[in-house]
Amino acid sequence: MRIPCPYCGSRDAAEFSYFGDATLRRPEAGNDAAADTTAMFDYVYLRDNPAGPHRDLWYHGSGCRSWLVVTRDTSSHEILGVVYAAKESQP
Amino acid sequence: MRYSIYSLLSKALSGHRTWRPMWRDAAPRASYDVVIIGGGGHGLATAHYLASRYGVSNVAVLEKGWIGGGNVGRNTTIIRSNYLLPGNIPLYELSMQLWEGLEQDINFNAMVSQRGVLNLYHSDAQRDAYARRGNAMRLHGVDAELLDREGVRRLYPFLNFESARFPIQGGLLQARGGTVRHDAVAWGYARSASDRGVDIVQNCEVTGISIADGRVAGVETTRGRIAARKVAIAVAGSSSRVAAMAGLRLPIESHVLQAMVSEGLKPVIPGVITFGAGHFYISQSDKGGLVFGGDIDGYNSYAQRGNLPTVEDVCEGGMALMPMIGRARILRSWGGLVDMSMDGSPIIDRTPTEGLYLNAGWCYGGFKATPGSGLVFAHLIARDEPHAAATKFRLDRFTRGHLIDEKGQGAQPNLH
Repeated sequence: MRIPCPYCGSRDAAEFSYFGDATLRRPEAGNDAAADTTAMFDYVYLRDNPAGPHRDLWYHGSGCRSWLVVTRDTSSHEILGVVYAAKESQP
Repeated sequence: MRYSIYSLLSKALSGHRTWRPMWRDAAPRASYDVVIIGGGGHGLATAHYLASRYGVSNVAVLEKGWIGGGNVGRNTTIIRSNYLLPGNIPLYELSMQLWEGLEQDINFNAMVSQRGVLNLYHSDAQRDAYARRGNAMRLHGVDAELLDREGVRRLYPFLNFESARFPIQGGLLQARGGTVRHDAVAWGYARSASDRGVDIVQNCEVTGISIADGRVAGVETTRGRIAARKVAIAVAGSSSRVAAMAGLRLPIESHVLQAMVSEGLKPVIPGVITFGAGHFYISQSDKGGLVFGGDIDGYNSYAQRGNLPTVEDVCEGGMALMPMIGRARILRSWGGLVDMSMDGSPIIDRTPTEGLYLNAGWCYGGFKATPGSGLVFAHLIARDEPHAAATKFRLDRFTRGHLIDEKGQGAQPNLH
């Protein structure tokens, strides 16, 4: 598997570290403790775990040290798109 | 299909053209008491114990592909019950005891070989941790023996004791552990269940789960609708997909775990050895191939194949431990889908949908648990209450904070 890093170009996946589902967002605390607990449980433990396109977080530790959001088909390992995680998280 | 010296002789005389299939390749009927989704080791074992111990034989096992094509034929065949936590030990020890009587129970030669499983330690801290685990095992009636360096050397003189970085200081031996021929486990359970009236339906993919008034009503499949009073999910790597059909989101990620086998060699490794300073485990099959594996690849995958960096990493672990295998050539490598639960332990429980049961989250340790998992899951389905050996594997333990955190090796901590 090779990942097309936007800064370094196509690199072997061994240069990257995987950090799981990129769609998860840490929930903001509200006023309802029970709802907060449920939201935090969802965030920490539950996953969509799709067979097909999945948005991964990868860290290019042996390259430019960018955090990347990689859209990858989990059924075939085909890379469908790569963007910087920093750009992704901007509103 | 039964085997004996006479059947072997008579079939030999007829040119081996008259062997019959071992179990009925059933077509699905319109309704069953219990439908088990997934014809792997755990699903077939569940069907066997439902029929043989709980008197429930109006059962169908639905398999998307063919029997023996999934993880039951992709693992490294190791059995052991060397666990630490009180929630885990009873189940794995129950499983070990069932392995010991399996061949008599299903009247099938599964080549259960209790050749010993040795976990090596390489530091004082690791020795203390292994001593603790061995003590926990013995308190639960499981055999465990802590070997020092010379004890290990007597067993396996070919290991790299002089490694400067990871010197072998000793090991924790479970002599009752060993290996089992995994295909025979699938075939034996399938034959036993089929003989007791269970329908084993291959090439039948479940595409939906019918729910009426909060209660399961049956399943939609590629071979039509099947009504069922109870539906049991035992689909390993596909657990999230099947549970989603019932509106469930699971604390599971699907990953790929690779295994490798070398060319056939003369007998050289008599037992199962695991490296304590990396992730590498090895045994030698009765055909002579060295069967070994290590870490999961580490990213979500449903592809049933992995990538070469992990193969290289596993082989490096093997070379650090036993440099003599460096000249053996790898014959094949393959991957299987593992359902990594968030605490590294399985889930065997009812679901919020009445009549729907879940057996999932085995991570990369499902094969050794096959008989125990089948028995406790059959108990749960038949009696609607957990078996005494499996009271902790609850689906809601993550909300309650009662994790079964054997080694901190779920999907995400990256500690594999």
